[in-house]
Amino acid sequence: MAKREVTSKDSGTRNNPGVELVRSEAPSELLRELVAHLRQNRTQLREEWVVRITETRLLTAMTKEEIFAEATSVYDSYVEALETEAFEALQAYARNLSERIIPRGVETHEVVGIVLLLRDVLARSLFAKYQTDFKKLNRILDAYEPAANRIANTVAVGFVQERERVIRQQQEAIRELSTPVLQVRERLLILPIIGVIDPQRARQLTEQLLRGIRTNRAKVVVIDITGVAAMDLTVANNLVQTVEASRLLGATVIVTGLSPEIAQTLVTIGVDLGKMNTVGDLQGGIEQAERLLGYKVEKLAEPR
Amino acid sequence: MEVPILKQGAVLIATFQAALSDADLNQLRMGLVQQVVKFRSRAVIVDVTAMDVMDSFASRTLREIAHMIRLRGAETVIVGIQPEVAFAMVQLGLTLEGVATALDLEEGLAYLTQKFKNAD
Repeated sequence: MAKREVTSKDSGTRNNPGVELVRSEAPSELLRELVAHLRQNRTQLREEWVVRITETRLLTAMTKEEIFAEATSVYDSYVEALETEAFEALQAYARNLSERIIPRGVETHEVVGIVLLLRDVLARSLFAKYQTDFKKLNRILDAYEPAANRIANTVAVGFVQERERVIRQQQEAIRELSTPVLQVRERLLILPIIGVIDPQRARQLTEQLLRGIRTNRAKVVVIDITGVAAMDLTVANNLVQTVEASRLLGATVIVTGLSPEIAQTLVTIGVDLGKMNTVGDLQGGIEQAERLLGYKVEKLAEPR
Repeated sequence: MEVPILKQGAVLIATFQAALSDADLNQLRMGLVQQVVKFRSRAVIVDVTAMDVMDSFASRTLREIAHMIRLRGAETVIVGIQPEVAFAMVQLGLTLEGVATALDLEEGLAYLTQKFKNAD
């Protein structure tokens, strides 16, 4: 009984040889065939790709030789990724590539563009090779498309990630550089602020200033905001808070270089001007600070 | 914990040891206001270096102390507010307006010395 069942199953398979054949040809086998084809025609396909890149005016920031060298290594990593289906190497390569070419002004659309071009060039060569066997072509494309899409995805994501990493790094560097607290005389600090202040930067400014007051034992602080074009209500309030917090530490704050727009903002929010000591420009602010500290600056002679 | 009040020349110095309860603060207020006249002091320094938090009650009490002492004919200087505390205070709107402040005890004494000299 059991034996009969097995026999009938076997015969059923034999009756349908076409279906069985398709199933037995695993995608990995097709990929191997594909990779062999791409290896064989490496020189020609790469050449074609480079021509297409130049035609579409991608990677204009690079010379022809550079494009060719880069194309060679991209091609090889591409084929290797197709073969091994391991995308880590490609991902690392994409990051490395991005690191090298981002500083030269290569845009995201160019990188994605060249990978899509390569995908297209290879697909066309597959069409040419299997044009007589439509079924086989279909199966080859079934194996090729998902892998090619994943590669394009990996490269694009790698590029964007690298770009984001660079941006984050730069933002951090700018933030750190943007808030210098400088001592110009004993017990006198200046804090020049340049650029846009957002609430996060305002908070950082305040913290750094308060620490600076403590470590330098400052009595007077000049905050110069000549380089700040405008501020919103929140930031203006932060500025007032900075002034008040500094006073709690025993330091007097002089704010200099208020633009008309900022003056308007401060009036609109109704700042208590008794708390805010303001002087027109940085020079005036430093002179006032010197008076508060008991300094008298005198000119000894005409400059030579 | 009771806050000790030290007499240094014409100045009374009260140093906070750690975070204080509301009762301690009330006691400190009464102690300072009584002793400032008893010792004929010209000024009071309240040193809050050891405080790493300042709630609204402590802040209000400090301001009240300062104003009461003014009415008793002397001046108050709050010294040693930590940067983090100062930042937190202004965010809560506790700015001790009308009260003199200084970086630390040394600064506070220097400020008063200068002030006494100008007054004499």
